[in-house]
Amino acid sequence: MKKTFKLIDLDCANCAAKMETAIKKIDGVSDASVSFMTQKMTIEADDAQFDAIMKQVVKACKKVEPDCEIVL
Amino acid sequence: MTRKQKKMLYRILIAFVLFVVCLLFPTIWLSGPIPLLSVVQDRNGCGAYALAEWPLFLVPYLVIGWDVLWKAVRNIAHGQVFDENFLMCVATIGALIIGEYPEAVAVMLFYQVGELFQNVAVSRSRQSISALMDIRPDYANIERDGQLVQVDPEEVAVGDVIVIKAGERVPLDGSILEGASALDTAALTGESLPRDVAAGDEVISGCVNLTGLLHVRVSKPFGQSTVARILDLVENSSEKKAQAEHFITKFARYYTPIVVFAALALAVIPSLLDGQWGTWVPRALNFLVVSCPCALVISIPLSFFGGIGGASKQGILVKGSNYLEALAQAGVVVFDKTGTLTQGRFSVTAVHPEGMEEKELLELAALAEQNSTHPISRSIVAAWGGTPDQERAADVEEIAGHGIRAVVDGRQVLAGNGQLMDRENISVTAGHNHPGTIIHVAVDGRYAGHLVIADQPKSTSAQALKELKAAGVRQTVMLTGDAQGAAQAVAQELGLDQFYAQLLPADKVERVEDLLRDKGPKENLVFVGDGINDAPVLSRADIGVAMGALGSDAAIEAADIVLMDDDLLKLPVAVRIARKTLAIVRQNVVFALGVKLLVLVLSALGHANMWAAVFADVGVSVLAILNASRMLKAK
Repeated sequence: MKKTFKLIDLDCANCAAKMETAIKKIDGVSDASVSFMTQKMTIEADDAQFDAIMKQVVKACKKVEPDCEIVL
Repeated sequence: MTRKQKKMLYRILIAFVLFVVCLLFPTIWLSGPIPLLSVVQDRNGCGAYALAEWPLFLVPYLVIGWDVLWKAVRNIAHGQVFDENFLMCVATIGALIIGEYPEAVAVMLFYQVGELFQNVAVSRSRQSISALMDIRPDYANIERDGQLVQVDPEEVAVGDVIVIKAGERVPLDGSILEGASALDTAALTGESLPRDVAAGDEVISGCVNLTGLLHVRVSKPFGQSTVARILDLVENSSEKKAQAEHFITKFARYYTPIVVFAALALAVIPSLLDGQWGTWVPRALNFLVVSCPCALVISIPLSFFGGIGGASKQGILVKGSNYLEALAQAGVVVFDKTGTLTQGRFSVTAVHPEGMEEKELLELAALAEQNSTHPISRSIVAAWGGTPDQERAADVEEIAGHGIRAVVDGRQVLAGNGQLMDRENISVTAGHNHPGTIIHVAVDGRYAGHLVIADQPKSTSAQALKELKAAGVRQTVMLTGDAQGAAQAVAQELGLDQFYAQLLPADKVERVEDLLRDKGPKENLVFVGDGINDAPVLSRADIGVAMGALGSDAAIEAADIVLMDDDLLKLPVAVRIARKTLAIVRQNVVFALGVKLLVLVLSALGHANMWAAVFADVGVSVLAILNASRMLKAK
């Protein structure tokens, strides 16, 4: 399943790149892309555990950029 | 400016005023020594205790830098060590410790100014691109109990009748039941000339109704309407990142730690050798400022974003940065003939009568063919221009694969190909060497002449091919299922380098694969088609371009780049935009890296101060952003 999320207050391009790398490392995520320009994040992950994966994604993002909020 | 940005601006202004006050502040003399707070200074020739500068400068420093400090602490707690906040903190706190108070404040101030500017510039270009793509309709007018009510376009069902007033945006795809108007399609196609529509015509969501009142029967739900699909496509375009983007983020991952360790080495090693800590530590602090990667990382996606935005303004939809990057390397362009290079419509291109007027020949043929739905028959009727009249034609007989026999105005008329004439033993005057299909006409058993019917090249095709060559495309190739002769004529007229005729759809894929094998290593193959029946080829080529995509879902789906209207001239525009985007990307990378490297070297040698270092960080990213924003105006 592929889903797109809006990001609020993603203020730095390098953080976006770091978030992308961190999300790609999460188990069950087959692809991820964080766009600084459109302030959006696309995640392709296993259907069955999508919600669990999203929790980890939020955690990973908070670690990189605590100010940035993911609109779920 | 957003509220957040405005707040930052005020903070910068306050900090700046405080900073100036600190610089002008008179020395305060103390009566005795206070640990940390007092320094011994010369007063009228003798030593006295004065208040140190640092508590003063700490005020503007904290005003401007508290959030950077806070973020640095917080991010270290999260294990993000090489984060730019942290780097800025170490650099400025280092400066404070070695007594460079004004520098520390100025660097922090300059850094925040740069960040703010960067923020504003990015959100500006983000806004201007969203404005370009602002085609989302807000409401649809629907008639309920004789009253017009505004509803959400998503609530309108297929088959409903919506009313579009002058000045309103067409909210959903459909066909006009009544009314006539001119539609502004500029937001979709980049074409400034309005398109005239009347009852029976299809309208596409996203256009603006300029003049009349239209009643439209909705043909697709909002989710599948043109406007929703285009928005979807544009919004997802940032997902597919270009090679250059991947390169730079990877580079940034190594660059920062390397520079930080270099800074550490620069601070410690020479100092241990010569004991001049005061010389080497400030130089090392410069390194830390320069090591921030943001300037590099931001300039690349911004350039691509600008390129994609600039292209969409011209009615060219690019589905990802990677395709724009690939298009810049277009070496071979392969065209489908019908509907791409040609109009995809048959029309009578020549009339050669024998023993009668052109008009009479055309009229007889048209009346004989008036009931046929074959495209060739339709083109003859269209060329004649008269009103079909069933009374005048009788005993119409279609001879499959050959033509038509009919009695028109009491005369026996035969219209069809050479075989038909052979069958009826009518000798044919050898047709001139015309490309296209020839329809012979015989009247009362005697040869009366022939009509030439061909698919005409689009008026802009030749020009587009010329411009593609000028934009650096090495080879142009045409593929078609048509006969050799017709293909050759078009290829010659338009000046294509190569053509392959009589191809079945499967052959087209094979040909493209041959061409893919033969192309140069750094070239990309572009296939341009109208999206009908060429989806396999579109996906096989390096870059698939679908044109005339307004309303064609299949084309939007299969292609990597979509030209919204039929105009082939958009293709060289797309190539030029792609080349320019890549040029800007290269400029930004070279410039950003070059300046950073230069400042690193100068810092190591002691020729650059922290000002230069901050310029190498935020100054460069601001310039890179300004450079990238040129893409928005690309033609």
